[in-house]
Amino acid sequence: MSTNTLPAAPNKAPKPMAKIRAPRETTTARQGSFGSKLTVNGLLVLGSLYMVVPVLWLLFASTKNAADLYGTSAYALGNFALFENIAAVAAQDGGLFFRWMGNSVLYAGFGAVVGSLISVMAGYAFDKFQFRGKDSLFGFVLVGVLIPNTATVLPMYLLASVVGMTNTIWAILIPVLCNPFGVYLARVYASSYVPMETLEAARVDGAGPIRSFFSLGLPMMMPGYITIALFQFVGVWNNFMLPLVMLQDQQLLPVSVGISIWQGYAVPQPEFVPMVITGSLLSIIPLLLAFILLQRFWKSGLTAGAVK
Amino acid sequence: MAAQAFTSARLRKGSAASGTGGKTAALFLVPFFAVFAIAMVAPVIYSIVLSFYAQQKSGLGFGEAKTAFVGFENYLQVLQSESFVSGIARLGLYCLIYIPTMVGGAVVFALLLDATVARARKLFQLLVFLPHAVPGVIAALIWAYLYTPGISPLVQVLQGGGMQINFLDAHMVLPAIVNIGVWEWTGYNVIILFTALQAVPREILEAARVDGAGEIRTALAIKFPLILPALSVIMLFTIIGTLQLFTEPSIIAKATPSITSTWVPNLWAYDAAFIRHNLNQAAAASIIIAGLAAILSLVVTRLSSRMNKS
Repeated sequence: MSTNTLPAAPNKAPKPMAKIRAPRETTTARQGSFGSKLTVNGLLVLGSLYMVVPVLWLLFASTKNAADLYGTSAYALGNFALFENIAAVAAQDGGLFFRWMGNSVLYAGFGAVVGSLISVMAGYAFDKFQFRGKDSLFGFVLVGVLIPNTATVLPMYLLASVVGMTNTIWAILIPVLCNPFGVYLARVYASSYVPMETLEAARVDGAGPIRSFFSLGLPMMMPGYITIALFQFVGVWNNFMLPLVMLQDQQLLPVSVGISIWQGYAVPQPEFVPMVITGSLLSIIPLLLAFILLQRFWKSGLTAGAVK
Repeated sequence: MAAQAFTSARLRKGSAASGTGGKTAALFLVPFFAVFAIAMVAPVIYSIVLSFYAQQKSGLGFGEAKTAFVGFENYLQVLQSESFVSGIARLGLYCLIYIPTMVGGAVVFALLLDATVARARKLFQLLVFLPHAVPGVIAALIWAYLYTPGISPLVQVLQGGGMQINFLDAHMVLPAIVNIGVWEWTGYNVIILFTALQAVPREILEAARVDGAGEIRTALAIKFPLILPALSVIMLFTIIGTLQLFTEPSIIAKATPSITSTWVPNLWAYDAAFIRHNLNQAAAASIIIAGLAAILSLVVTRLSSRMNKS
């Protein structure tokens, strides 16, 4: 496994698309018959509908009580019960749902802020420093990228149970710090955002490498840091198998596992169904907000890595 | 493993061409490789060790269980288990339906989005990316309800059109889970492919237009070959992703008995650890899954680097 196994990343760094794009549109926008316009945009609308309608259904369904869910047409408004549903979610088990949300924020936030800093430091070192064994060490990072998460969850559980760490927050907080793909991305960002000359100038001025990382490198890589943190936040928030396996105490669960437990209750007790639906909606709001507000960053992240 | 390589690679001072020392590099790398060793290397090594042992009870099954070295016995048991093998086969079938559908869909959508007559590109990008902001658990929950008769508008509409489809019966449940994956991942890959398409030099497309190539011809003969490198990365990560299949079936399993507790290899390993309480077998199964992933990604990277060279 060598560095060239993943397609040359550095030259995939964000490119100034607008410059390439703008002339192409002005010269060719005139052509294209009405029919082809209709076909292309019609297909785009259809594809988008497939993506959006399930989320819209969740939105509509969360406004209904159990009777209306089964009784009225899916996209018709029944009695508007959204606030009753939210109140029911909040009241269940003494506000356990918001405890779950808080746990998710803690786990995902910690992984995003601290885990990404660790990745950025490593990626920066791989790009900016020369040392022996660099290629083989980076090979380990790539192997880490290629091993599926779920393949290491059970091994992690087996080890954690020997050292007595299952059912503690550490069983989640330590694994979320390990983000090999973040290191890979950070190396790409370091090479495209931080010019060697700047670091050289800082060195001549007498700044040590650690100081020049924190006062120059890190600020210059900030967009990359935010991108890596965003992806890590989403990855941890969405993680299901790790907390499912590691945690038994309901007070420690993240919202993903918590909701799935409610879904289990809803099988014999249909009155839980509106709570599952409303809880699901509440749990995706932070992610939807993050994605909409940080659009610029996730797009550059996808471009830089061309991967997840 | 990593720790050893790390010390042997000993980052000597003065080896740096640019004058930055190896010791400072070590300072930057130690945090990552420490968590890497704890969260990836150590668990895998411990599982490999565990997979060579078994809990054995004395003749009549009374008394304390003893731990005994059994060599590859656990691996043989896993690979000979009918439920594990059929789980692998099911996963293979899932890949065969899922990968062409999802990747094909993403290519078509990205090409449509890149067509000169496409409008509102930013809006469409945001809309197709929306499902990716929905966690796998919630996506599976939403679709579980959309598949459930009585609550689902989808089933209702199909019934109105005279079609009786039970998405959750034994035959339909695999395509139903494929659909969840397609819904979650197509838009994500559309964005990657669309970005690659935007980087195609304008001159090439202009030249094709002058030569009289139509929009469709340009898309297939010029744009598509130029996004093959991006496509091969997508293939790699899609294959790794499908091996992880766990969340969606374990959520759908609560809505239908069609999904057994050993439906895919990951569920099998989970079942071995927490239902059958055979940790040694669970360890062996995890190692087999990780090994399978390693082999597959090696094959895909080899193929794609050969493809990119030619």
